[in-house]
Amino acid sequence: MKQHQSDIHALAAAYALNALDPAERDAFGDHLRRCDDCRTEVAEFGATAARLARAVAQDPPPPVKQRTISAIDGVRQLPPRVPVPTPATSLTGSPRRRTGSLALAACLAAAASLGGLAAWQHQQNADSQQRALQVRQQLDAVGAVLAAPDSRTAHGRTANGALTSVVTSDRQHKAVFTATGLPDPAPGKTYQLWLDHKGTMRPAGFIRTDGTVLLDGDPSDATAIGLTLEPAAGSAQPTSDPLLLMDLPA
Amino acid sequence: MNTHPPAGRRSLRPVATAEGRPVNQAPPFGPRDRSGRSDLTEVIQQVARGDKQAFSTLYGTLAPLVFGITTRIVRNRAQSEEVTQEVMIGLWRQAARYRPEAGSVITWAATIAHRRAVDRVRSAQASADRERAQAARERSPGYDEVAEQVQTRWESEQVRRCLRGLTELQRQAVTLAYYQGLTYREVVESLRTPLPTVKTRMRDGLIRLRGCMGVSL
Repeated sequence: MKQHQSDIHALAAAYALNALDPAERDAFGDHLRRCDDCRTEVAEFGATAARLARAVAQDPPPPVKQRTISAIDGVRQLPPRVPVPTPATSLTGSPRRRTGSLALAACLAAAASLGGLAAWQHQQNADSQQRALQVRQQLDAVGAVLAAPDSRTAHGRTANGALTSVVTSDRQHKAVFTATGLPDPAPGKTYQLWLDHKGTMRPAGFIRTDGTVLLDGDPSDATAIGLTLEPAAGSAQPTSDPLLLMDLPA
Repeated sequence: MNTHPPAGRRSLRPVATAEGRPVNQAPPFGPRDRSGRSDLTEVIQQVARGDKQAFSTLYGTLAPLVFGITTRIVRNRAQSEEVTQEVMIGLWRQAARYRPEAGSVITWAATIAHRRAVDRVRSAQASADRERAQAARERSPGYDEVAEQVQTRWESEQVRRCLRGLTELQRQAVTLAYYQGLTYREVVESLRTPLPTVKTRMRDGLIRLRGCMGVSL
């Protein structure tokens, strides 16, 4: 895991600046709970960032204070947090080739956690909890593929520069796809995944932004995975040149 | 660790008085951080017990910080007032969950405020995001504005000096992310610089700032 660790460590600065995408932020938040050095570093970077904030401090208009003070009357305060034991399900020991792929590292870190909630400063945010729940549900499925004894991994790079990984498990008849560095699709467009069945491209789901998705369809009799830009509703067949056409791991 | 102001500036050092601190002045930091922290920690503990008077004190100390960073990122006055209010109410709500070992109250509040402001702008549609990246590209980096706004305060001078000590790319990577609220991928696009480079510069920049500002936990 050394390589993965150092990859994910490099995200501490971006994390402290709130400059990660949601999936990466959640993955790194999970990683934080298991990495003392990272917590220290994030805390120091956070304190550094706070200095940047203080340099631009300015008084809000007085009515904001009045509104705030009168609003708190109706706001119930949270009790102190009681530590919850975390289910320590580690997938990191599963046999898989070590790679330098950031995408896979993020994916593994995310999948390795079933707790799903990011670090303390985010927990006030109901949206983030909701998102964490959705992420967790998906990760359960993703984790099953990653943990499968027969899982295999291949890496690729899309024509528009994203790093991708695909992990397949023939026994589970499932595949997981991860992308890092996908540019936002143009308005009204989305990225669509395809499985190549003897030259016939079958729709395999969508990936809207960086992250990890479970593919629709069975990869075990497919030979390759493809990625194209399609209208937001998706297409029955690819309507644009493939951004990626990668052989599935044998 | 021990970043003292240059001798000629010593008179500009803010006075660390928890109660009598004017509300338009951010709390002092550097050598005085420790005492500032324990004062505020006490205040937040009182807030956690439902003390509204203590909340008023907390508001006086933290609202300028929250409003300042929110305004920079959200860029819309009405919205940043709204976000400031949300953040301050959030601090009231979760005061009991503040953990001193994770950082100072100021860092806690700045982190929450920044995060909230960033969430606000990122929940805008993708096209607006692109406009934002485009706008960031066309504007001079946030540093210049910082420089304009903050000349009077010692700590701002320190921040400015420290930012000046970074390489161009480090400074842009940090300020585009922090003051403009861009993700590092957006920074990549803005600066037309490869992703690994941006990640490294952002990190190196923060490490250098951390040293220059004498940040310690």
